[in-house]
Amino acid sequence: MSNTITIEPVSRIEGHAKITIHLDSKNSVKTARFHVNEFRGFEKFCEGRLMWEMPGITSRICGICPASHLIASAKAGDEILAIAIPETAENLRRILTLAQWIQSHALSFFHLSSPDFLLGFDSDPAKRNVFGLMEDHRDLVRRGIRLRKFGQEVIEILGGRRIHTPWAVAGGVREPLDTGNRDSMLGWIPEAKETTRIALTLFKEVLDKYQQDIVSFGSFRSLFVGLVSDKGDLEYYHGSLRVMDGLGNVIADKLDARRYFDYFAERAESWSFLKFPYYKKLGFQRGAYRVGPLARVNICDQISTPLAEAERVQFKEMTGEAGAQNNSFYYHYARLIELLFAVEEMERLLNDPVTLGRTTRSKALINRSEGVGAAEAPRGILFHHYTVDENGVLQKVNLLIATAQNNSAMNRTVTQIATQFIDDAKLTEGILNRIEAGIRCFDPCLSCSTHALGAMPLHVQLVSEEGIILDEVKR
Amino acid sequence: MSVLTLTIDEHPVSAKPDETLLDIAHQNDIDIPTLCHLDGLIDVGACRLCLVEIEGSPKLMPACTTRPQEGMVVRTNTDRLKKYRKMIIELLASEGNHQCAVCVVNNHCELQNLAYAVGLVYVRFPYLYPKKTLDATQESYIIDRDRCVLCTRCVRVCSEVEGAHVWDVAGRGISCEIVADMNQMWGDSDACTSCGKCVMVCPTGALIKKGANVAEMEKETDFLKYIVTARQKQEWVGEYLKEH
Repeated sequence: MSNTITIEPVSRIEGHAKITIHLDSKNSVKTARFHVNEFRGFEKFCEGRLMWEMPGITSRICGICPASHLIASAKAGDEILAIAIPETAENLRRILTLAQWIQSHALSFFHLSSPDFLLGFDSDPAKRNVFGLMEDHRDLVRRGIRLRKFGQEVIEILGGRRIHTPWAVAGGVREPLDTGNRDSMLGWIPEAKETTRIALTLFKEVLDKYQQDIVSFGSFRSLFVGLVSDKGDLEYYHGSLRVMDGLGNVIADKLDARRYFDYFAERAESWSFLKFPYYKKLGFQRGAYRVGPLARVNICDQISTPLAEAERVQFKEMTGEAGAQNNSFYYHYARLIELLFAVEEMERLLNDPVTLGRTTRSKALINRSEGVGAAEAPRGILFHHYTVDENGVLQKVNLLIATAQNNSAMNRTVTQIATQFIDDAKLTEGILNRIEAGIRCFDPCLSCSTHALGAMPLHVQLVSEEGIILDEVKR
Repeated sequence: MSVLTLTIDEHPVSAKPDETLLDIAHQNDIDIPTLCHLDGLIDVGACRLCLVEIEGSPKLMPACTTRPQEGMVVRTNTDRLKKYRKMIIELLASEGNHQCAVCVVNNHCELQNLAYAVGLVYVRFPYLYPKKTLDATQESYIIDRDRCVLCTRCVRVCSEVEGAHVWDVAGRGISCEIVADMNQMWGDSDACTSCGKCVMVCPTGALIKKGANVAEMEKETDFLKYIVTARQKQEWVGEYLKEH
């Protein structure tokens, strides 16, 4: 008698993302599609659960940015309770959001993306990862790892654990911060600033080197969407929505983030589980927009912290007359500027006496049937929208995630790269690398949650006009 | 009252006839896992976790409802018992919707602690994912039947201690569930006094306080001992009533 062991489904293979490149009769690239074939179902299975549990449940959506989901969810809860949270709680939530930015941006830049441009897009794929990078740039890698550790430690100090802390709740946060823990966070600030500045200097050198390569890295005009403060500053927690077009014109401003559904709609395509949000006013084709670091740095009038503001001014100078930086490769640059801002802003908040207050939680019962929580997650603006009955039981859940909002842009980026580099209906290692690197500009969540070693399990198909697969590469 | 002598796990022990094997074991620092038992409530032998072996009997007996007999030889921790206890926890896990990571009583749950204690690392039986109901109509508390293990502690505390008898068990077999009054929404129950005793004695996250978040709620059952002791000693009864 034989034994059979069946493993089904097999995880961590090419199932996470698939790209199909469609050719026309002359074998030139017609379009490319970035398919996300994971289905999670959070919006559906949360129905019938309690509003109070949602920060804890929805933070499980992601292992990289759980704190962002936690904050957006808690904010939606505040709306349903119809209460203002204590000022200490807001400061602490802000610090958590910044810590999330720091750890996620550090991961994106140092662990995931920098091997591409520090070692080169055509370097040996076996070495093109954080371990390969360590051979040549040991100090930089160590600094990057420590910067991420800083973000993680702040989250752990506040929430009791690094991942999936249920610390923020509807009405505030669970625990105040004591002086000792505040001081240990402050102790990290000088090193974090230094690391970010080193990375910025390095990146600006790289930018010159790759000017040829990056022209096709998702360089197209699109809308940009994100939060700005009342004064037009870069914002990450409150503020209102601003929409900017590819020429740098602000086409909508001071939109209430809680009414996002009035301005944005989503369309589903049969070939991907990731929906395509767009700005309603301009329709599906013209209303495609980008969110995240590039959008945020593009749309803000200024940054409230001095070092980051100086960098933003330089960034704007490079943008030139265009008014908005349309090249997606500059996501990396914007991400570093935001890292610097996050460190400076956290220092400011930690030195604010309000942060050490002891009152951190307001309490109320259900006062509204609907609540929207918006927050800037590392990858862009995130909306949690809940509808509850009079007892706080969820009737409807809508989550609009940053990576989804960049979906159209990611598809266009892949198309652009494919168009430039594919000319004889063949897929080469170099093309695959560039496609991966193009997608990494957006730091999409599906890559970072599973591919921390830089080997994105990617599946690229080259499809003829008749639908025949001409070439295929799996990694 | 006569005193009986018996052996539990090779230890000779003495006991009174009206005690249970569980009482006797606990008095002698012999640990037997329990779930439906709670000091202060009448035992019903529902969960079967406290099953013990009695020499000469082919059946396993629940320690919480079995009285001692002279010369009885009891074993509480044999391989067979360990196997069954683990299986009971597995069956409880598979027939409810227990999601510890996002549960209000995560890290403070008796079922979870038992699972750790029996070394449960996976469940061999298919999960049934039953469709259960959540009732949040009561002003201060919520019942989430997904996490109910039918220990009936809530039924007993409400009936025996509070004297309201809001809770009862409806249905049969796998469809059994805890209902309020004659299967009404909890918020519609006239009998409920909102005392919260059922919430505090519930060993899992099935009965919770409104507004509690993930891993935030700890149950406190000590109150029961004070109430029951005071009642036995008639501490709240005036001297006149005691005499008449």
